[in-house]
Amino acid sequence: MIEISGLHKYFGTLHVLRGIDLTVQKGEVLSVIGASGSGKSTLLYCINGLEPIQKGRVVVDGTDVHAKQTDLNTLRQRMGMVFQQWNSFPHLTALENVALAPRIVKKKSQSEAREIAKRQLEHVGLGDKLKAYPSALSGGQQQRLAIARALAMDPQYMLFDEATSALDPELVGEVLDTMRILAEEGMTMICVTHEMGFARDVSDRVAYFHDGLLEEIGPPEQIFGAAESEQTRKFLAKVR
Amino acid sequence: MFDYNFHWRPVIRSLPELLEASLVTLQVATLSMVIGIVVGLGLSVIRLRLRGPLYWLATAWVELARNTPALFQLFFFGFGLGAFGWHLTPYMIVLVGLSFNNAGYLSENFRGGFQAVPDTQMRAARSLGMNLWQTYTRILVPQVLRIVYYPMTNQLVWAVLMSSLGMLVGFRELSGETQFFASRTYRIFEYFAVTAVIYYVMVKFILLASRLLATRLFRY
Ligand SMILES: Nc1ncnc2c1ncn2[C@@H]1O[C@H](COP(=O)(O)OP(=O)(O)O)[C@@H](O)[C@H]1O
Ligand SMILES: [Mg+2]
Repeated sequence: MIEISGLHKYFGTLHVLRGIDLTVQKGEVLSVIGASGSGKSTLLYCINGLEPIQKGRVVVDGTDVHAKQTDLNTLRQRMGMVFQQWNSFPHLTALENVALAPRIVKKKSQSEAREIAKRQLEHVGLGDKLKAYPSALSGGQQQRLAIARALAMDPQYMLFDEATSALDPELVGEVLDTMRILAEEGMTMICVTHEMGFARDVSDRVAYFHDGLLEEIGPPEQIFGAAESEQTRKFLAKVR
Repeated sequence: MFDYNFHWRPVIRSLPELLEASLVTLQVATLSMVIGIVVGLGLSVIRLRLRGPLYWLATAWVELARNTPALFQLFFFGFGLGAFGWHLTPYMIVLVGLSFNNAGYLSENFRGGFQAVPDTQMRAARSLGMNLWQTYTRILVPQVLRIVYYPMTNQLVWAVLMSSLGMLVGFRELSGETQFFASRTYRIFEYFAVTAVIYYVMVKFILLASRLLATRLFRY
């Protein structure tokens, strides 16, 4: 379970997150929507400790992410993250990309790590690309590689930060399908996304972010059908 | 005016010694590169990530290495330290001097290299639970070494040529050895002409080897 309470985040004097309270249950799929610059990516970075926070708490399975004594490297193994910019490691093959962290972070043997990597790459439909370098993969394939790389750590949670935003339209589908399969398998997911179809069909709840605040959160039927907030309705009218 | 008679025979006779000395040159240059790469990476990371005394120390190193004559740097490790009662062997003077110089020059290349690797690589690695050391050694440095591969090759060439300054601190590398024979036989021109050819061949060999190695190393 991810419990966020009273979270404030500043970049210098810029007040980016202005008091967020949010709980994500095990097995839940939460989509986060909102205008660019509203603090969605920053929220994800605060959840896995890539960004420090100034006030409030983020607690993952009982561990306070931002407490001094928390070992972030251990905690992060529980949370996979996929970024907007494809960031496969260019100097490693697809197999090595996925096998590296299990081997050096989880201390698996070389052969065990490769086995895991192979399985995950097959899982995302890249079973025939084990030896390919990222430069030989399409954007969609690189994003699926990034998903496999995160899954290889056997995480309890997956954080997606606009995983399809940088893709050509014809490649978006394959990545969304992969995410959809994950959701069906019961993975707990927070998906920052501009894909309203995905948010509506796959998520249990949708959160609308506005200006560093959680403006409205509820089941997709509520957000897309009968949003309570005027802001939410205005945003949705614009993106549709 | 053209009354100089060339005498190549003594040079030919001492060719084995010269070739042996060129191996010494290659060895000290290569070793100083290995040290220079490791220390240069350290200097660049310090200058990118830290502030305070370590930052200033690293900056002073880089500034001195890049903006003073290499010969003075060798003299410092030879006679400068000697003045404080710390005497290095000629070999060590050249090795330490070249390493100092290499590290300074390379660290600037590395700094540019690190800046050319997108921030997102660091984020991706950390999000997988890698610690800072793992992120640097497994993800960032391999990419940086590729970006600065050709500048590094140039620095190795430079180190080979610069090691000839060793003869001024009594080191019998290729130039020192040449100087030794030349002054014994007075065939100064002949000796240095042949040695120039040896340097030339060494440099061409390094450039070729580096290019071949690149095709094997960088398959991406
Ligand atoms: N590293 C940073 N330094 C300073 N400002 C930042 C940084 N990252 C994001 N911001 C700012 O914080 C705000 C929220 O950014 P972000 O979380 O990326 O929004 P979103 O993902 O919703 O588009 C923006 O105004 C952005 O410019
Ligand atoms: Mg964003």
